[in-house]
Amino acid sequence: MPENETILTTSDVVIVGAGVIGAACAYFLSEAGLSVQVIDRGGPAAGTSSAGEGNILVSDKEPGPELDLALYSQTVWRGDLAEFGALWEFEDKGGLVVAAGATSALALNELAVLQKSEGIRSEFVGYDDLPKLEPQLTRDVVSGTFYPDDAQVQPMLVVAHLLRIARRRGVRVTSGQRVVGFRTIAGRVGEVLTTQGRFSAPIVINAAGPWAGEVADLAGGYLPVLPRRGFVLVTEPRPGMVRHKVYAAEYVADVASSDAQLQASPVVEGTPSGTILIGSTRERVGFDRTLSLPALRALAVNAIKLFPTLAQMRAIRCYSGYRPYCPDHLPVMGEDPLVPGLWHVSGHEGAGIGLAAGTGKLMAQAIAGREPDLDLTPFAAQRFRRAA
Amino acid sequence: MNADRAIAPLVIVGAGPAGLAAAVTAGLSGVPSVLIDAGARPGGQYWRHGAIAGRGAIAGRGDIADRGDIADRRLAELLDKLHVLITSGVVTYYAGKQVWLIQTRADGRFILRCNDSGAVTDGGSAAMVIADRLLLCPGGYDRQLPVPGWDLPGVMTAGGLQAMLKEHHIRAGTKILLAGTGPFLLPVATALAAAGASVVGICEANQVRQWWRGRKDLVTAGGVLPGKLIEAGGYAAKLAKYRIPFYQGTVVNRIAGQNRVTAATIAHRDGSRSRTVEVDTVGLGWGFTPSLELALAVGVETGVDADGSLVAIVDNRQSSSVAGVWIAGEATGVGGAAKADCEGQLAGLAIAADVGVPVDSALAVSLQRKVRAWRGFAAAMHRAHPVPNDWPDHLTPETLICRCEEVRLAQVQAAQRDLLADGPRLVKLVTRAGMGWCQGRVCGYAVGRLCSGDIEPQAADLAALAGRPLAFPVSLSDIAQAEDAE
Amino acid sequence: MNFDIYLDDVAISATDGQSVGAALTAAGITSWRRTRQRDRPRGLFCGIGICFDCLLTVDSLPGQRACLVRAAPGMRLQTDGPER
Repeated sequence: MPENETILTTSDVVIVGAGVIGAACAYFLSEAGLSVQVIDRGGPAAGTSSAGEGNILVSDKEPGPELDLALYSQTVWRGDLAEFGALWEFEDKGGLVVAAGATSALALNELAVLQKSEGIRSEFVGYDDLPKLEPQLTRDVVSGTFYPDDAQVQPMLVVAHLLRIARRRGVRVTSGQRVVGFRTIAGRVGEVLTTQGRFSAPIVINAAGPWAGEVADLAGGYLPVLPRRGFVLVTEPRPGMVRHKVYAAEYVADVASSDAQLQASPVVEGTPSGTILIGSTRERVGFDRTLSLPALRALAVNAIKLFPTLAQMRAIRCYSGYRPYCPDHLPVMGEDPLVPGLWHVSGHEGAGIGLAAGTGKLMAQAIAGREPDLDLTPFAAQRFRRAA
Repeated sequence: MNADRAIAPLVIVGAGPAGLAAAVTAGLSGVPSVLIDAGARPGGQYWRHGAIAGRGAIAGRGDIADRGDIADRRLAELLDKLHVLITSGVVTYYAGKQVWLIQTRADGRFILRCNDSGAVTDGGSAAMVIADRLLLCPGGYDRQLPVPGWDLPGVMTAGGLQAMLKEHHIRAGTKILLAGTGPFLLPVATALAAAGASVVGICEANQVRQWWRGRKDLVTAGGVLPGKLIEAGGYAAKLAKYRIPFYQGTVVNRIAGQNRVTAATIAHRDGSRSRTVEVDTVGLGWGFTPSLELALAVGVETGVDADGSLVAIVDNRQSSSVAGVWIAGEATGVGGAAKADCEGQLAGLAIAADVGVPVDSALAVSLQRKVRAWRGFAAAMHRAHPVPNDWPDHLTPETLICRCEEVRLAQVQAAQRDLLADGPRLVKLVTRAGMGWCQGRVCGYAVGRLCSGDIEPQAADLAALAGRPLAFPVSLSDIAQAEDAE
Repeated sequence: MNFDIYLDDVAISATDGQSVGAALTAAGITSWRRTRQRDRPRGLFCGIGICFDCLLTVDSLPGQRACLVRAAPGMRLQTDGPER
């Protein structure tokens, strides 16, 4: 029994999950001077963080708390973390949203106006100007909106380097540690029990992504986080063919949707390595790694619609992952009302990479007892109640 | 009914020794099959042969049968029988088709999606094939280890040199050095010399006297030993005839040239001496890597073989851990054509029995005995020809590890040192080693070994590198047009 | 049967059944691609369709494996595919 084993480490904070959220928390907590132990069932970026496209987006957010968090996170990526940009291939490439018909063009323009009032920069791109931005883009579109602040990173490098820097400050990162339980001391969390031993800390951050609900359960807390599966197709290298992050206006609706059925809206972007990433599908099928032909087909069909020259290009691999989502599609950043000392940081759905920088910094402020730069009330864990 | 959508009682992937033997055995027992192969002609990597002008793919065997050695006579026999089975409609054969996706349907059937490998232009359509039973005979390819300069044109795999010779009747070089380990280097060297190349030497990393390491396995090799000893003697005679030096305990530790190979350095592994020879071609081979992506895609249980390769685990009837999936040939353990042939026949009989056809059980028993013998012999060879643990010693920080993504050793080491990349999965994610066109087929073994140090990588680590949900590159239009199989 | 194929408009002799990679090699050409990061020459390596090192453009279709594609009369090959 792990409980009989000696305590492996004692720290101010244990972070469960070495994905991008856990890594960002470790980075900012250690910067604030706290001692941190990161544990993960697998290893760094073993889950959702290695299954996305590395988006840092503002364009796909409607006004509300998530947009506030995205804008704040932008300032952290471009401020606190700016010096490391080259390490994780930060590309300030901008996003181009295109509308296939008059109706979606109008909706796109309305969204851009709304977003502008929140401080998001964007430019209308008329039909004739689209080829200047994306020469290979289909001519079968009406217009577009260009968002200069959309950016992209290589998420595995983000995780690896945030943890590398954190380790230089004394953070310990231990892989192969599956959480099997918690021990409470004086009514609050005190130890994390894993398959290998015990990790002692008065504060535990649950950054287990789509598995964060299970971790909450083990602690006697509650967090309704579920997986929303997505596939990504990766093409053969063809540098320069797609210059920005390009997606169709319907994407915004899909991101905000609660539909359980397969949804697919095209998101196409090049990478510094030359490959082109093709997303995105959304399905609620639990943790099912089975490759779905309908999902891959939807990706291919949609991508060819946006970029007809993609038809002859080959996909060389594909991958899938699970976006962690909450019923209201907002992230959770806050202490579990049932388990003092246990902080849930999950539910960033498909935006976790982009939101991670801001999330990590805000969590460090909150846990260090400082006033957070952003009001965390909309993200509080107590907004969920377990059904009786 | 659309031919693409017909449900075949048996689909065989790969028409090398195992797949051919299985298609013929099953076919002669009355079990029809669909045989899918990426090559232009049946035979696989081992029984590679050129076309005869004016004759069809199946007929193209005349030059093989004449040469008279046992393996090729067996190929001729199988091709004759296959020809009859194809003509009579028992076997449906697709050449030049790659399986890019295998899925298991809810009813337990297997859905295979194929595209063109480029090897034939008129291979017909096999966009989707549905199988009651699946026999995977995917074969393998030369295992590689990086060496400084191995990305220069003129450096090829030993198997590649052999393929150019056997199938295309081309000598890929005139002054050739072969290096690596294992008995396969010998036929490549002698065939190149027979074709008129100057083979300046074979660098065998191990010592032939190390064969005692495999003596326990040789006991089980039993009946196949005399034949292999005669074969070994034959190669020794040919090496002498063509004056090909056989340098034991040596490696090529540097390959030099500007836009192609001009020289290679032969070094004794004990560090005693080294010398540089002028060559225009270097052939490298460190044993073989079985193709496991299709087996992994259907979820079969895997293990690590004596040579450190990830292999599918099968029972004594070639049946995998997944119902309805049989596996034969290199994918169950690298062991050569004769082993693959026996396993293919055995699988053919087992599948016939599964269909409900009476089979010759005495033949099955005899095949099982032969398979055991060949596996014993293969294990002895693997133990005699290990990849030396000191192989990374001659790498420089600039040596390419991943050829596709041009990842250097320094990047892999930095990932291990600074980025907590303690396993091949994370090394791949942060360095891109194994993320390119070949999807780690070439660098996977080396990356695995660089991560595991002197310890052989575990099956789970190897599976992380060998799993390829898309088994081969496929155009987006092929994916977009793929039909549902429900 | 012998016929010509064209590498960047230069005629090269090929034989029926031969791969374009074999025909190029027989003509003394060992590289026909340059890598996208370090601009290094590449040609045949594995020779059996595994490594994708020998890619070239065949009749306007980029990224074809020279070791697999059969030579056909009049085939136009290009060394400088869009990958570069």
